[in-house]
Amino acid sequence: MKKLQKADYIKMYSFMLKIRRFEERAAQLYGMGKIGGFCHLYIGQEAVVVGILMTINKNDSVVTTYRDHGHMIARGLDPKRIMAELTGREDGYSAGKGGSMHMFSKENNFYGGHGIVGAQVPIGTGIAFTHKYNGEKNICRTYIGDGAMNNGQVFEAFNLAALWKLPVLYIIENNKYGMGTSVDRAAAGLDLYKRGEAFGIPGEKVDGMNVFSVIEAADKAGKYVREGNGPYIIEVQTYRYRGHSMSDPAKYRTKEELDNYKQTDPIEIVKAEILKKKIATNDEIEKINKDTLEEIKNAAEFATNSPFPKESELYTDVYL
Amino acid sequence: MSTEILMPALSPTMTEGNLSKWLIKKGDSVKAGDLIAEIETDKATMEVEAVDEGVVLDLLFKEGEVNIPVNKAIAIIGDPNEKIEARKEAPVEKVIEEKKIVKNIETKIETKKDEIIDTPSPKIEEDTNLSSEEITMRQALRDTMAEEMRKDNKVFILGEEVAEYQGAYKVTQDLLQEFGKERVLDTPISEHGFTGLAVGAAFKGLRPILEFMTFNFSMQAIDQIINSAAKTLYMSGGQINCPIVFRGPNGAAAQVAAQHSQDFSSWYSQVPGLKVIAPSTPYNAKGLLRSAISDPNPVIFLENEILYGLKGPVNNDINFSIPIGKANIEKDGKDLTIVTYSIMLQKSKEAALRLKEEYNLDVEIIDLQTLRPLDTETILDSVKKTNRLITVEESWPFGSVGSEIANIVQRDAFDYLDSPVIKVNSADVPMPYSLSLEKLYLPQVDDIINAAKKVSYIK
Repeated sequence: MKKLQKADYIKMYSFMLKIRRFEERAAQLYGMGKIGGFCHLYIGQEAVVVGILMTINKNDSVVTTYRDHGHMIARGLDPKRIMAELTGREDGYSAGKGGSMHMFSKENNFYGGHGIVGAQVPIGTGIAFTHKYNGEKNICRTYIGDGAMNNGQVFEAFNLAALWKLPVLYIIENNKYGMGTSVDRAAAGLDLYKRGEAFGIPGEKVDGMNVFSVIEAADKAGKYVREGNGPYIIEVQTYRYRGHSMSDPAKYRTKEELDNYKQTDPIEIVKAEILKKKIATNDEIEKINKDTLEEIKNAAEFATNSPFPKESELYTDVYL
Repeated sequence: MSTEILMPALSPTMTEGNLSKWLIKKGDSVKAGDLIAEIETDKATMEVEAVDEGVVLDLLFKEGEVNIPVNKAIAIIGDPNEKIEARKEAPVEKVIEEKKIVKNIETKIETKKDEIIDTPSPKIEEDTNLSSEEITMRQALRDTMAEEMRKDNKVFILGEEVAEYQGAYKVTQDLLQEFGKERVLDTPISEHGFTGLAVGAAFKGLRPILEFMTFNFSMQAIDQIINSAAKTLYMSGGQINCPIVFRGPNGAAAQVAAQHSQDFSSWYSQVPGLKVIAPSTPYNAKGLLRSAISDPNPVIFLENEILYGLKGPVNNDINFSIPIGKANIEKDGKDLTIVTYSIMLQKSKEAALRLKEEYNLDVEIIDLQTLRPLDTETILDSVKKTNRLITVEESWPFGSVGSEIANIVQRDAFDYLDSPVIKVNSADVPMPYSLSLEKLYLPQVDDIINAAKKVSYIK
C-alpha cells in the first residue's frame, strides 16, 4: 500500500470537495438554463477518481465516459475552463464545441469525455497500445460504467489488451444503474470484475465509497500493469446521488437506498480520518470548505461571462 | 479416355494463375484427391487436387510459368494407351466450363479493353518519372505502405490476416518480413474492437493504417469511424486529431452476393471530418495512398478488389503524391462529361470509345480520385464546356455521390446545362448472387452509352 503523507490527505479532501461543489454549481447553472443538453453529475462517486489519482504518474493517460467533470478536476484541470465548456463558451476546454460529455486536454493526457457507451474502452486500449509501441512505462487508465459492461466492444478490447499485453488499467465504476436500469436487471452475473477472467485478466472488487480502499487496489493494480503484465480490472462499487442525467428523476430507486449510501459519504470518510489523525483542525477544514466554495463560485462566474464562440468557429476544427 | 486438367479459378476474382510447382510428373498415376500442383492466385499460393484418375500423359506448362488463364488446360491425364486427340468432354463439364468462360470474360472485360483504350491521362503522360515497368494496383499499394513505413516509425498496419497470411488480397505481402510483428499486426476478427484501438492509438500520436478485409466489415466498426475518428478533432476544439487510414476493398468483387458486395463511397462521403479517396489505377493509387498516410485526418481509402490485378506504370519517386481533393481529367472532350471514380473509370473509358465510334460523341471523363473533399471546380468547369453530364458509379442510387454532384451542378451551372443530369448507378436492390443477375445489377457499358445518348438527345 502506498504510504500516504499528511499532504495527501488534504489533497484528497480538497479534490473530492472541489468535485462536489463543482457538480452542485453545475446543477444550479443547468436549472438556470446556462448549461444545456445532457449533463451527468459525479456526486457520490468522488472517491473513485480521487483514489485513482493518488496512484498515477503525470504521463499516464486517461480516458473516460461522458460522466467526466470530476475526472477532469481530479486530473488537475482548471474548473473555470471545465465550467466554461459546460456553458458552451469559447474558454471551454473544447472551445464550446464539445460540451459536458466531450472534454479533452491533450497536454494533460486526458483523452475524453466519450458519449457512446463502451466506445472509450477500445480507444483507451489503443492509447495503451501507443505507450507500449513507444516503449514508455506509462499506462492508460480506462474508466467503464457498469452499463457498458454488457457492450460487445468492451470484450473485444479486453481480448486485444490481453492478447497484446497492453498497459491498460480498466476501472469499472459500478454505480448500480445504467441510466434507469439496475445492474441486476442488465447483467447476467453481477461480478463484473470477473468478466476478464476468460481472457486471463485479473480483476478485483473494491469499496468505492472509501477512498483508502480505492488507493490500495489502484496502487497494486497500477504496479501490475506498469510492470508489463498486461491489463487489470478494478470494479469499484460506488453510487451516484443524482439521477443519470439532469433530466432523470431517478424514480427507479428508493429514498431509503439513497439515504443509506449517504451514510457512507466518501468526503465525510476522509474528513473523519483527517480529524482522527489530527492532520488538520476543524478550523483548517472549514477554511478549505470556504476556499473551495469561492473557487467554484468564481468558476461559475467565469463560465457565464466567457463569450460564446464566434460564428466563424462553426467551420473550424473539422480537419487539421 | 483422357481428361484435361484446367487451370482452376481459386478465388472469386481470379482470372489467371501462375504455376508455382508441379507435384506430379509425366507417367505418374494419380487418383482423385492427389495433390497435383501449386498454383499462385491473385490472393495466395494454393495446392490443387486431382478430381479424375489416370496416368499423367502430359504437363502443358513448365514450373514458373505465369499468367495462365483460368480454364486453360495445364495437364492431361488418362489411359496411356489412348490417343490424346480422341478425347471427348463430358456434357456436364462442358456446361461448367462455359459458365466459367462467361465469368472470365465478365471480369476480364475491363483489363482487356483497357489495354486497347488506355492512353494515359495527360497527367501521367506529362510525368517524366514514369516507370518503364508496369505494376499491379496491389503492388503499388504495398510499395507505398512500405515506403511510408520506412520513413516514419509511427506508421504501422493492423488488420485481419495482414501479417502471417500476407494479406487476404496480398496487399500487405512481405511487410511482416520487413517491419516485424510490432508494426504489422494480425488482429482477431474483431472490427469494432481493433478499430477503436487504432483510433485511440492515432489520438495518442501513432499513424495507423487499418485494413478492413473488405469494407463490408467496416459496418461492425462504423461507430468508431464516425463517432470517434471523424468527430473528436471538432469535439475537442481542435486539440486531438486522428491520423489514420482505413483501407481495403470496397464494392462488388465477383459473385460474392449481398453481404460482401457493397459500395460505401457515399456513406462515408457524407461525414464531415473524414476524407474519402477512391483510386482507379496503380498510378493514382500510389500518389493518393501516400497523401492519405501523410494526412493528419482520418482517411477512408476505398480500393476495389477487381482492380487489384490492374497493371499500369507508376511514379517510383518515394515522395511522389497526388493531392487529396483533386480530380483528374482522364480524357478531354467537348460533347459531354462523364464523372466517375474507382472501377467505373474503366467502363466509362470503354463507353467513351464506343460513343466516339458509333455516335461521334467526344466525351470528357473526370476521374474524381477523391470523393471528399469533392473537386467541384473541375466538374463545373467541364460542364460549362460540354453542357451535358452523366455520373457513373457502383453505389446504390439513393443519395449517391452522383446525387450530390447533380445537386451542385444544377445549383451552380444551371444555365449551362442543355439536358438534365443523368446518374448511372447499381440497381436499387441487394446484390444478387447469380452471375446473370449480378451483371444486371452493376452499371454496364451499355447503360453508360444509353445515358450518354439520352443527355445528347440521340434516339
